[in-house]
Amino acid sequence: MNNKLKLHNVTKAFQSEEGGIKALEDINLEVKPNEFLCIIGPSGCGKTTLLRMIAGLDYPSRGEIILDGDRVSGPSPDRGMVFQEFSLFPWRTVLKNIEFGLQIRGMEDKERREIAKRYLELVGLQDFGNSYPYELSGGMKQRVAIARALATEPSILLMDEPFGSVDAQTRNVLQEELLEIWRRTKKTILFVTHSVDEAVYLADRVVVMSARPGRIIACVDIGIPRPRKRTSMEANEVRERLLMLLGSKRQK
Amino acid sequence: MRRPTKEEGLSLVPLIIVLLLWEIIAGYVIRDPLILPRFSAVIFSIYTLRELLIIDILTSLLHFGIGMTLAFSAALPLAIAMGWFRNVFRAVDPIIEIVRPIPPLAWIPLAIVWIGLNHYAAGFIIFIGAFFPILIDSYTGFRDVPRVLVETGNVLGCIGNIKLIRYVALPYALPSIATGTRVGMGVGWMCVVAAEMFGVGNSGLGYRLFQKFYFLHQMDYVVAYMLILGVLALCLDRLFRHFVEYKLFRWKKGIVK
Repeated sequence: MNNKLKLHNVTKAFQSEEGGIKALEDINLEVKPNEFLCIIGPSGCGKTTLLRMIAGLDYPSRGEIILDGDRVSGPSPDRGMVFQEFSLFPWRTVLKNIEFGLQIRGMEDKERREIAKRYLELVGLQDFGNSYPYELSGGMKQRVAIARALATEPSILLMDEPFGSVDAQTRNVLQEELLEIWRRTKKTILFVTHSVDEAVYLADRVVVMSARPGRIIACVDIGIPRPRKRTSMEANEVRERLLMLLGSKRQK
Repeated sequence: MRRPTKEEGLSLVPLIIVLLLWEIIAGYVIRDPLILPRFSAVIFSIYTLRELLIIDILTSLLHFGIGMTLAFSAALPLAIAMGWFRNVFRAVDPIIEIVRPIPPLAWIPLAIVWIGLNHYAAGFIIFIGAFFPILIDSYTGFRDVPRVLVETGNVLGCIGNIKLIRYVALPYALPSIATGTRVGMGVGWMCVVAAEMFGVGNSGLGYRLFQKFYFLHQMDYVVAYMLILGVLALCLDRLFRHFVEYKLFRWKKGIVK
């Protein structure tokens, strides 16, 4: 078995008043271990739905999702998820937020505190362990959310436009940090974004999706060695290619 | 001792003016203690009545305690069920909305018939008054738990209603529960006088105020007890905020300091 994650003919239809709406159609995708995969597409193409189904928060109408050889049938801590919205538990301090998954698992206080501290350091917020979420900036909140998702040691990290609501500078910093975290933790990462720039900077491979019903138009290997320069020639070429793929579908 | 700030001084000035006006109007304009006793006479009455007062305060607090305990322990489980399970809400809400507008005082005859003339009957009226504010604020808290927090819980292994309620919904709803309890305490306190008026015992602030002083036309005593009722409610509210609210709201923006 050399695939981390496998999607086989995944289709999702929603029921509405005018009958069924197809959000996703026949998605086939294989993700390798330790791969950084970005999914881009126009809004409404179902990329978030796709991620939610992998997380187990939604169910495919047809087809199956296989992670580490097991069929996904519901949410589980072996798939970490970072949401676009700020999702920290506001009543818990930063450390307690990171401990949440471990506490649910029944781990003892001391042990989980140690682990939480380690992940807090990984995202560079060791001085904010006892702060409450409202005291943090948007970028810091998402760092904590990443630490929290990693603390349960999931086998894959799912990220749904996690940097969508932070400012551009912070976004660049967070992207670099995420790459560093990825390098150190060797996680498989699925990262949904609508930003071509972000995908080109982060991904090993980019999956391009079409508008509704969402289909995979192309899988593009980025192939630029890291560390990447956002303004390099190669980056521009890949960007142009991706934009063309997105644009050609939109004109139809 | 820290010195009072300018703002605190500012809120004291109108209070003193009102008390002075009261004293002057009662003493020199109305000049009839049956219509408006003087402030100084009222303060003196409080001193005169001090022994009786202690017993009455304790009795009223007992009634209040019975009512609030009942109201809280009945409202909270129902609020969890109504706020968390949509079907329970649909089933129970019509009943709640029919019973809720009935004034607590209208329950007095039933309370006497069901429970008799005892402390629990008074507690029951206070229970009716406090129950609905606690229930409604609390279930709103449970109902409004953001979906993203529930789903975050799910992906971190917090699955199933019991775990989700315990680790996500309840902490999220606690400030709403606290607010409801505070409002409920206010309504419950208003019911104390009414509940004691119908003679469940021979003490209590409401009992003494209405059954004794009013019938004897001792208006200075009546007003003294009115003042005590107000001050006591203020103290209860402050105590509640001090011990409960500030702790619960620590994580909420703006209320921390």
